[in-house]
Amino acid sequence: MSVTRGDIDDSTSRPRGSWARGLCLALATAGLAGKAGANTSGGMNLPVGVTSLSQNIYALHMQVFWTCVVIAVLVFGVMIYALVKFRHSQGAIPDTTMLHSTKVEIIWTIIPVLILVGLAIPAARGILFMEDMRNSQLSVRVTAYQWKWQYQYMGAAKGINFFSTLARSSNFARQLHSGIDPKTVPNYLLDVDNPLVIPSGTKVRLLLTSQDVIHAWWVPDFGAKRSAIPGFVNELWFTVDPGKEGVYRGQCAALCGRDHGFMPIVVDVRTPDDFKKWVEEQKAAVKQASTHAGDEPRSAQLLPGQSLPH
Amino acid sequence: MAYANASEHAHHDTDHNQPPTGIKRWLFATNHKDIGTMYLLFSLTMFFVGGTMAMMIRAELFQPGLQLFDPVFFNQLTTNHGLIMIFGAIMPAFVGLANWMIPLQIGAPDMALPRMNNLSFWILPFAFTLLLGSLFVPGGASAGGWTMYPPLSLQAGDSFPMLIFAIHLMGASSIMGAINVIVTIMNMRAPGMNLLKMPLFTWSWLITAYLLIAVMPVLAGAVTMLLTDHFFGTSFFNPAGGGDPVMFEHVFWFFGHPEVYIMILPAFGIISEILPTFSRKPLFGATSMIYAIASIGFLSFIVWAHHMFADGMPVAAQLFYMMTTMLIAVPTGVKIFNWTATMWRGSLTFEPPMLFAIAFMFLFSIGGFSGVMLAIVPADFQYNQTYFVVAHFHYVLVPGSLFAIMGAVYYWLPKWTGHMYNMTLAKTHFWLSAIFVNVLFFPQHFLGLAGMPRRIPDYAVQFTDWNMVSSIGGFSFGLSQILFAIVIIQCIRGGKKATAEVWEGTHPTGLEWTIPSPAPFHSFSTAPDIK
Repeated sequence: MSVTRGDIDDSTSRPRGSWARGLCLALATAGLAGKAGANTSGGMNLPVGVTSLSQNIYALHMQVFWTCVVIAVLVFGVMIYALVKFRHSQGAIPDTTMLHSTKVEIIWTIIPVLILVGLAIPAARGILFMEDMRNSQLSVRVTAYQWKWQYQYMGAAKGINFFSTLARSSNFARQLHSGIDPKTVPNYLLDVDNPLVIPSGTKVRLLLTSQDVIHAWWVPDFGAKRSAIPGFVNELWFTVDPGKEGVYRGQCAALCGRDHGFMPIVVDVRTPDDFKKWVEEQKAAVKQASTHAGDEPRSAQLLPGQSLPH
Repeated sequence: MAYANASEHAHHDTDHNQPPTGIKRWLFATNHKDIGTMYLLFSLTMFFVGGTMAMMIRAELFQPGLQLFDPVFFNQLTTNHGLIMIFGAIMPAFVGLANWMIPLQIGAPDMALPRMNNLSFWILPFAFTLLLGSLFVPGGASAGGWTMYPPLSLQAGDSFPMLIFAIHLMGASSIMGAINVIVTIMNMRAPGMNLLKMPLFTWSWLITAYLLIAVMPVLAGAVTMLLTDHFFGTSFFNPAGGGDPVMFEHVFWFFGHPEVYIMILPAFGIISEILPTFSRKPLFGATSMIYAIASIGFLSFIVWAHHMFADGMPVAAQLFYMMTTMLIAVPTGVKIFNWTATMWRGSLTFEPPMLFAIAFMFLFSIGGFSGVMLAIVPADFQYNQTYFVVAHFHYVLVPGSLFAIMGAVYYWLPKWTGHMYNMTLAKTHFWLSAIFVNVLFFPQHFLGLAGMPRRIPDYAVQFTDWNMVSSIGGFSFGLSQILFAIVIIQCIRGGKKATAEVWEGTHPTGLEWTIPSPAPFHSFSTAPDIK
């Protein structure tokens, strides 16, 4: 394992404590985590993330995880006890009268049902929270293509429209036999030319669709994943906590052909003021582009003849 | 023998108890034992073919960057690895075990429909010739995933019709196998063998056979619609023509989820056979075990959309599919608890079949736990389409279904060949498999949680370490399986003679242990007495 962790730019701003939780996860379940502390800037567990959605999901995840750990310890404990205690080689005599017991069978049917109800209630609450698309403050139409994303802003930022594709440095390095060591490429496979820019503290709604095959838009730190399906418009929302401005990265999550592994998602979260500034810049660039045909602004390429959503 | 035609009649009269010799024995086989053997050897071959693909996948994923394959070929590998392991390795292995063991367990002379049995096996080599042949046509094999979601799966070259027809053939084979199992169990049980006296392996197969008959035609319909969309201008799944790509997912998973249980219910049956034998104690709560299998079979039809939460679904549907999915944990838990109770106050020995059964109980449970986690809808949005899912379904299929199959082979192999096998080698095979299967798949949980999507040929550098660990586990697990083949080949060739009871001192129950080892070519020509 030659990778050294120091040279990786951990710009996903995952809380530093996540490796410790990852360590617990590993130790608790398989004892495979001997090396864990040394190598997990990427983490071994879900990110807590920077939205109420991702934090909600993280809490549910840990709740069901620890429930499973407790059940596993109890059930595996009984199994191991039986394996040790009732060995033929230790002279164990089988009790062939032990055929069934309606009482214990009812007990070990009811208890799991109760545990599951206990898990289902907060999960159901989570679903209702997640599906509440009302009162969004910024909507962006996201269109997936093989193999890039198009972002079209709606509402006040209407007119901003650009494509987002894998950064050139990653694209060179990822070619078969490129000879470029991925470790030397900053944010290898997780960098794009034009990131989606959004304001923090704002309920952002994405409207997802696809022009060809099924893709899925996913940023783990937002707890946001939804398929982009041709002929459908799917919705998702998130609100990045104020103070958590920064760059967040994700990848296409649905097999979409040859370059499925090479259409990352990068979201640049700015303060509402900075975002407003960015919108003005982009709008000016769009205006300039329409008056000086052929003089394309770098990050605002309107497709000829394309109408913007309302 | 009403089904023997005139030309064969003379042969039968003179040499009734001997199999025909040479290639004809296998080509024209109607004997359930011969057909079972062919199914099992076919499955073993496909296990190594699909396993080689898995090794190639793990080799590319050993480190970031593309070193070996073009991404298109990588997608062909993942797609065909899935199809071959499901339809070529796991399912035929269970059908082979059903062929061998169901007549022996219910005291029948053969399967009810021996000629159809021959056909259902001999379709398979053609189906897999088509499927594997598609690797060599222009454009290469299918690369849209084993789930074949359109529109991606429609972006295929000449391999596309080959894939569809291969699936039609596999489906026809499975349906015939399932009909044969049901007819045999319903009509050919020895007098006195009522349904509740029937061994658990046979019971699990009875329910599995109904699942197969219910869902294989659905898969056939789904892929036929793909075929007409591709070649005949229909728009079942094409939104530009008013079609609906999500409908394919619904139809596919209406097949796909029961399919998952088709691959695990017979495994439950096998574990319920092995554990009592080596615990020297009857199965605890046999009747509730049957009810548990039946409830899992029923639930398998009403959970399918849990594969598709991220595709967009009304809140009510999310709640419904979450709850039905969680419910599956209840009968599955009953099975695990009853097995534990079977070992409780038993007298355990640890022969290779028992080792595989015990590993199954632990490791399948881990797959069950991650299954409960995946059922929690909001969390599923994070797990879905990541390596967490890959870890989950490999835990239920490899140390689940596959370990049960290996346990079954080690349990009944002496009955089939008449020889005991090399116990030390078999135990070595077990320990290497049990250790490396965890090195292979456990780190994939971490990768998925940390954000690595599945089905990618290359990954961001922070995923390097666990991918390396997983690949090392993969190569080691793959190489360990060569021992399995060696043990089987040695056992077919010779070895210590096995007695009728095979597992001396455990007094295994079941009619298969009342006939000599190896089982004679024709068994139970007169029905046995059932007490």
